[in-house]
Amino acid sequence: MGKRTPLYEAHVEAGAKLVDFGGWDMPLHYGSRIEEHRQVRRDAGMFDVSHMGVVDIEGPQAQALLRRLLANDVARLRAPGKALYSCMLNEGGGVVDDLLVYYLSDTNFRIVINAATRETDLAWIAGVARGFQVSVRERPELAMIAIQGPQARAKTVPLLPQALRAGAQGLEPFFALCAEDRFVARTGYTGEDGFEIMLPAEHATPLWNALLGAGVRPAGLGARDTLRLEAGMNLYGADMDQTVTPLESGLGWTVAWEPAERNFLGREPLERQRAQGPSRRLVGLVLEDRGVLRAHQRVFAEGGEGVVTSGSFSPTLGRSIALARVPLPVGEYCEVEIRGRRLRASVVRPPFVRHGRSCLND
Amino acid sequence: MSEIPEELKYTKSHEWVLVNEDGTMTVGITDHAQELLGDLVFVEFPEVGNRYGTDEACGVVESVKAASDILAPVSGEVVEVNEALSDTPEVINQDPYGDGWIYKMRPDDVAEVDSLLDAEAYRALIEAEE
Repeated sequence: MGKRTPLYEAHVEAGAKLVDFGGWDMPLHYGSRIEEHRQVRRDAGMFDVSHMGVVDIEGPQAQALLRRLLANDVARLRAPGKALYSCMLNEGGGVVDDLLVYYLSDTNFRIVINAATRETDLAWIAGVARGFQVSVRERPELAMIAIQGPQARAKTVPLLPQALRAGAQGLEPFFALCAEDRFVARTGYTGEDGFEIMLPAEHATPLWNALLGAGVRPAGLGARDTLRLEAGMNLYGADMDQTVTPLESGLGWTVAWEPAERNFLGREPLERQRAQGPSRRLVGLVLEDRGVLRAHQRVFAEGGEGVVTSGSFSPTLGRSIALARVPLPVGEYCEVEIRGRRLRASVVRPPFVRHGRSCLND
Repeated sequence: MSEIPEELKYTKSHEWVLVNEDGTMTVGITDHAQELLGDLVFVEFPEVGNRYGTDEACGVVESVKAASDILAPVSGEVVEVNEALSDTPEVINQDPYGDGWIYKMRPDDVAEVDSLLDAEAYRALIEAEE
């Protein structure tokens, strides 16, 4: 038996197929991952993401710690509630995790880290935090529900505590609102609009049931993976890990090089790689034929051999897509070895789907 | 517990077989198999007119999660495939024993079908797997 979120019973009741994910018993799907995916693109679906780690970083040197710890620069955050996506690097420039950081004040930040790397991250942060005047406090008593899709916000706002509704309605993308024990962020991992809501565990099931009543459909980890892949979003552990840098993972845009004096962890080796030019890049693949691209498949590209880092079937496009790490130079086509045969794929720049529609030129 | 119709025969590799009156047999994958695979997205059919030996891989069903070979339950010649599944492979998930049939084969020896698993033996097999 793995760890269980506060919504475990709700998943069982909804007919979930439960699987182990990083030591947690989580819903893979509730009947059809493809239907759940479609529901999010068309209407609204909800995900239990309570297994992710919520960590509050508070104190006089909170900002200083994060400017050392993260490759992106939290000094860019001035408005309360504003969010930033960043990688956390090791001394070699490899990625320890990717995360979202929310600015609440100069001395108060919240970060959300991946479930599978929760323990490693916490140990890493604690090590770096030594010598900084700061408290690093995990919030395991909070549950988290992500409601995503074109109708997500409209269906969710009326179900929030009365005092929050106007504020939630007016939230800009990539901003959060913190009040009445609720943390409502207009963020997500699907490429759709929506909210991620952190709330005390005892309020999770009532909110889940209220959302069910409003026609929001439960969606599992299977749909979560196909949605984020269509949206061109990386998955830690698949698309990047401690052995690769952000520059080799399509995440160069998340690194804040200016100001040059900001000596974030991993800066030096990353600068060297940037100066030389990285030798590998993360690209998108679209399989031209029938078949499914999957992680670890060999890729034969213009610059040499690469590998698929994550792949799946795209319900929106009706064909298979993937992210792959290939050597430079990057061409327009490549071949992928699938069960002994080499199938042709086109090389594209993600995302594959935006606003529910294909970004590809066909 | 997944559905296991009494009148069919089964293989260890989770295919089902129905012997037809004209001597051909219809083959598909079981409810248990479609549940394990999840949403199916592609079917690769055996070639009509080709002969396959017992347990030879003659096609593939592919889901988001995994690809799985379809094996020939007994040796014989493929006479028909369910073309409709090309556009709607999810029918296999919805109706694995009916509209989700995959191909029809003329067996070299219909008697060989008798030595396949009956419903009870198949039930025992999947129970042991779980």
